[in-house]
Amino acid sequence: MYQFNFQPVIQNLDLLLFGAWLTVRLSLMAMLFGLVVSVLGAVAKTSGIRPLRWLVDAYVEVIRNTPFLVQIFFIFFGLPAVGISMSPNTAALVALVVNVGAYGTEIIRAGIESIPRGQIEAGRALGLNPVQIFRYVVVKPALRNIYPSLTSQFIYLMLTSSVVSVISANDLASAGADLNARTFASFEIYLVLTVLYFLLALGFSTLFAAIRRVFFTYPAGR
Amino acid sequence: MTEHAIIMRAVNKYYGAFHALADIDLTVQPGERIVICGPSGSGKSTLIRTINQLEPIESGTIVVDGVELTAGGENVAKVRKDVGMVFQSFNLFPHMTVLENCILAPMKARKVSRAEAEKTARHYLERVKIPEQADKYPAQLSGGQQQRVAIARALCMKPRIMLFDEPTSALDPEMVKEVLDTMIDLAREGMTMLCVTHEMDFARAVADRVIFMDKGRIVEENAPAEFFGNPQNERLRNFLGQIA
Amino acid sequence: MIREFSSADILFIVTAVRWTLILSAIAFAGGAIGGLAIALSRSSQNRVLRRIATGFIQVFQGTPLLMQLFLVYFGLAVVGLPIDPLLAAAVALTLHASAYLGEIWRGAIEAVPSGQSEAATALALGYRDRMRHVILPQAMRIATAPTVGFLVQLIKGTSLASIIGFTELTRAGQIVNNATFQPFLVFGTVAALYFLLCWPLSLLARHLEARMRRALMR
Repeated sequence: MYQFNFQPVIQNLDLLLFGAWLTVRLSLMAMLFGLVVSVLGAVAKTSGIRPLRWLVDAYVEVIRNTPFLVQIFFIFFGLPAVGISMSPNTAALVALVVNVGAYGTEIIRAGIESIPRGQIEAGRALGLNPVQIFRYVVVKPALRNIYPSLTSQFIYLMLTSSVVSVISANDLASAGADLNARTFASFEIYLVLTVLYFLLALGFSTLFAAIRRVFFTYPAGR
Repeated sequence: MTEHAIIMRAVNKYYGAFHALADIDLTVQPGERIVICGPSGSGKSTLIRTINQLEPIESGTIVVDGVELTAGGENVAKVRKDVGMVFQSFNLFPHMTVLENCILAPMKARKVSRAEAEKTARHYLERVKIPEQADKYPAQLSGGQQQRVAIARALCMKPRIMLFDEPTSALDPEMVKEVLDTMIDLAREGMTMLCVTHEMDFARAVADRVIFMDKGRIVEENAPAEFFGNPQNERLRNFLGQIA
Repeated sequence: MIREFSSADILFIVTAVRWTLILSAIAFAGGAIGGLAIALSRSSQNRVLRRIATGFIQVFQGTPLLMQLFLVYFGLAVVGLPIDPLLAAAVALTLHASAYLGEIWRGAIEAVPSGQSEAATALALGYRDRMRHVILPQAMRIATAPTVGFLVQLIKGTSLASIIGFTELTRAGQIVNNATFQPFLVFGTVAALYFLLCWPLSLLARHLEARMRRALMR
């Protein structure tokens, strides 16, 4: 019979909680920069400039059709061969930004395209200029349309970020791996880690639902 | 010094190889009410959409209230402030209340103060007979109410010309009347109006002139009595036979 | 010892693709069975069943696949089984796929208009016949595109099995890299192979989705 031993986990819970904070920070930063990449990508994709569109298409397809683990290996181990070296933490952030940027590009492009043409025409017919149309007519409904995709993308990103522990970047999974190397209470540690990730995901989806209620309360169109 | 509300001269418009508007000549006097009809794809919607340049034209001249449209960007902005448009699909902004829909353009494009804009908005909502809906969102209103809000929204810019692009086509039959009544009121007050519509009773009641379009051309135009009583063109006769 | 990146290394990496495929196939087959059970439970009339299925989906979609792998890997010892990377990876990926496919297929079942179920009930069809002959065939059409899309996610997910020591494509790359120290070339090759596996499936998913949307418009 297996003897459970949660003692090492309980004694080092502060380390794990700190790791959880690092995961949150890393994910938020990756999402923030990733959104910048996404907006640029979406604008480039909807622009008429052909080579730019091909470039963005290639980026999106390559990232979406290769595993994140291989991407981070390539960035952390492969890029130094061509003179781009990064610390594990930087490589982790860069890899996550590059990854979420590809998914975000598609989400944001879909958001812009989800606004019916008639809305923009109504804005033009009322004498609004393009910037005003974007700001007052397009942004809020587009955000509302992509909000569910963006928030679930964030949670997926946060869960995926556990993979950065393979290059020993600092996060919750790394904190667990360190603890495991010292105490060998493997199952107990990973059980608690899993619970912590679950609580993070649950916490963020609750938060996102609350934000949604506050900012997007207008009734849906038909 | 403008005698004409709208002057269109030799206007041509193509979608690829499709000749959407062919040598359109049309002059509209201030206060004139014009109804445009024709089969689908005849170019009637395209025609009124060129007047506020939602559709750019390939050749010809359009002068709206003395301002030449074809000259470029600045004039287009000016014309759009003076020309109101009502769409088939309402195109109200779903994330704004009725009142917010009405005050957005006056505040942003005309730089009117919020207080002033709200006052104007409430005035026109009263006129279209839905003042009590001011704080609702478009999705909470019926189609007929939404279209009346859209008319009020356009009127809030104090336009000199109103364009209606099939304003009742997307409505359930029982709601058509409330929108047409609003349009008739507007016509009686002397608004210059161009309406694309198949509501021939409306045309008989208010139009000074009825225009029939087919294949991008104005085929026939006449006062309603003559237009309906003695149609010249065969395609018009067919058309009137189909919709009657 | 560092040696050259040779054709033997390339061959080693390429043949490791079969383990990625085998693992994906096991997880997909297992996930299909589990997913169907989850989807039916999720859309059943039984509250307890619905709760359990919902909880299962929430847990597996709300925790990292990497943690699921570790938990199953170390959990094998807890239940007295030998620790085996292939077994652990297969079990974890099967559970993972069950949750995702369950959620996709539930959505597809619910997307079939309720009138279909009502009509079948009115025709005196029982639950089994209703599902088998009326609802599931229609749901399957709706679910095809997202299911193919998930297959891409699953193939990419198998790369994490390398972390618990199962030698599939990614781990084969790591092994070659440790010997040759040509990370740019090695991981570039590995990425290209994944791309060759996943991209056609992504295109197929997109094609199916577009066809689906056109069919719905009609």
